Amino acid sequence: MIRFDAVTKRYPDGTVAVDSLELTAASGQITVLVGPSGCGKTTSLRMINRMIEPTSGTIWLDDTDTASMATHELRRQIGYVIQHAGLFPHRTIVDNIATVPFLLGTDKKEARKTALELLERVGLPPHFAKRYPAQLSGGQQQRVGVARALAADPPVMLMDEPFSAVDPVVREQLQDEFLRLQQELGKTIVFVTHDIDEAIKLGDQVAVLRVGGHLAQLASPVELLSRPIDAFVAGFVGRDRGYRALGFTTAGTLSTRGEPTVTLGAAIPKGTDTDTWLLVVDAQQAPQGWLDLGADFTGHETVSDELLYRGGTLATQGGTLRAALDACLSSPSGRGVVVDDGGALIGSVTAREVLELIEARETERQP
Amino acid sequence: MIADVVTWLTDSSHWTDTKFDTGIWTQLLAHLKFVGIALAIALLIALPLGLFIGHTRRWGWLVAGANALRALPTVGVLVLLTVIISPHFQGRTDTGFLIPTEIVLVLLAVPPILSNTYAGVQNVEPGIRDAAFGMGMTGPQVLLRVEFPISLPLIFSGVRSATLQLIATATVASYLPLGGLGRFIYDGLAQQDYPQMIGGGVLVAALALLTDLVLATIQRYVVSRGITRRFSSKQAVPDSRIAAVHETDGAHA
Ligand SMILES: Nc1ncnc2c1ncn2[C@@H]1O[C@H](COP(=O)(O)OP(=O)(O)OP(=O)(O)O)[C@@H](O)[C@H]1O
Ligand SMILES: [Mg+2]
Repeated sequence: MIRFDAVTKRYPDGTVAVDSLELTAASGQITVLVGPSGCGKTTSLRMINRMIEPTSGTIWLDDTDTASMATHELRRQIGYVIQHAGLFPHRTIVDNIATVPFLLGTDKKEARKTALELLERVGLPPHFAKRYPAQLSGGQQQRVGVARALAADPPVMLMDEPFSAVDPVVREQLQDEFLRLQQELGKTIVFVTHDIDEAIKLGDQVAVLRVGGHLAQLASPVELLSRPIDAFVAGFVGRDRGYRALGFTTAGTLSTRGEPTVTLGAAIPKGTDTDTWLLVVDAQQAPQGWLDLGADFTGHETVSDELLYRGGTLATQGGTLRAALDACLSSPSGRGVVVDDGGALIGSVTAREVLELIEARETERQP
Repeated sequence: MIADVVTWLTDSSHWTDTKFDTGIWTQLLAHLKFVGIALAIALLIALPLGLFIGHTRRWGWLVAGANALRALPTVGVLVLLTVIISPHFQGRTDTGFLIPTEIVLVLLAVPPILSNTYAGVQNVEPGIRDAAFGMGMTGPQVLLRVEFPISLPLIFSGVRSATLQLIATATVASYLPLGGLGRFIYDGLAQQDYPQMIGGGVLVAALALLTDLVLATIQRYVVSRGITRRFSSKQAVPDSRIAAVHETDGAHA
């Protein structure tokens, strides 16, 4: 557990970056600090490992006042990941990862062995071990940065915008793997980002800071989306917050109706003029896309790949309301396709039905 | 003329000592001694100082001050120092001349080593310093394990340029009654023996080239490949090739 007790940071030039912050980051959880640029996120984070010294107040690491420890001792117990990884260019990847164990005097062979395991844990192939940072892409370097922070198995990790310098696709990958890793490791993590979507995706709890280093709201992601405490938080959380909040509500069992289908490769059916959109599935009953029966099929005998409309998303039975609603809205027929965990078709729902479900939830929640 | 120089250089009697003359080998060793002593002292002063100033970012004016030393006229300072120092060493041969010579040479070698070391350390990416401290390295650990190895290419270039300058300037030792390769140049000039004079110059140039070659070789082995980026062709650089394809496990020269 990390606890900020009335922590203030005033820089020599008079800027108050953080103003009597009270905040607790629970053990084994991800606490995300989010807020507009210059609101004091980095300052708050770096006060935890004393890369910046607070002007006043106390930061507790469990029952220890961090100010009472030697800075280098404190930092060796805290994993630290920064935006551009900050890998040491003159050291191989394996030695970069083993930095803290080396500092702690761990046997070199032992430390390298652990480092190799970590390399694999963060999703990099073992032959990367003998490379140098300059031979890795930005995303790969960031993974090494995470591995390096984990090397001495510290109970606490501090991460300052670790995924913001990579492209959106890689970022999502890194986020997903980070969550998976955290599920295995259960570290106490303080994570800084200026991206509210990232905060909501990763945080067990999210602290929204406003400029001047004031804590505006500390809440779980759902609560933040559904009950922003004031106009600032509401504005920061964003416009479609209501829709995004649905991503935290499971739909329960959707009552679906059967959906007529045609199998990929079968003959194009004729004369079913009641509805123009027909769902196409493969041999395993997994939905592939929609077929527009009103289209011109000259030159085609069977249902082939290039005839399909593939824009629709799929909802999983037992998934979230957001996924269910999105399946309806993205489907050209207006019917959202619901599949089971194995990806096989169950049936379809309409947007109206999902909305009714949402309304029912809302009335349930009202006191 | 060139033929005369070649004749002078290839005459084996010029290479070994005779009753009247000191040979090339002996003067070469004397020359290397002047250079070696000056370089060692300059390194002892400039390297720790440059590392310290670069790391703490304090006393930067010292670097500017040292650079101003470069403007001093070498021969002028040499004569002045000799006049002041050598009278204290009457009876002890050479020492009275050696000390002023080495002082002049050290003054010459310190600025390039100092300013390059300082620049090397100071130019280490802030993110790398930040990570090093954040991992829990102490100040000296950051300096010796991170900043110093990363600065090595610049430090080497400072040392190499200082060495070249020393080899060229150590000829002034012969301006005083000391040996060194400068002896041939000054004697040749005095005796209007131009093949000897030019031959001496050629020897100085050859020594400079050879020494630089040696230093370049040392640099190659001392500086991490992660910094020089001399990766073996089997190891891909990420933006030029697909990472996983051209790999044989652990292969690197
Ligand atoms: N060394 C410093 N000296 C003076 N002021 C500083 C210093 N470092 C940061 N500040 C100021 O403190 C405030 C908070 O800075 P901080 O870096 O914590 O912001 P941040 O929330 O991390 O912003 P960003 O999202 O842009 O990274 C800013 O107004 C900044 O200008
Ligand atoms: Mg920041």
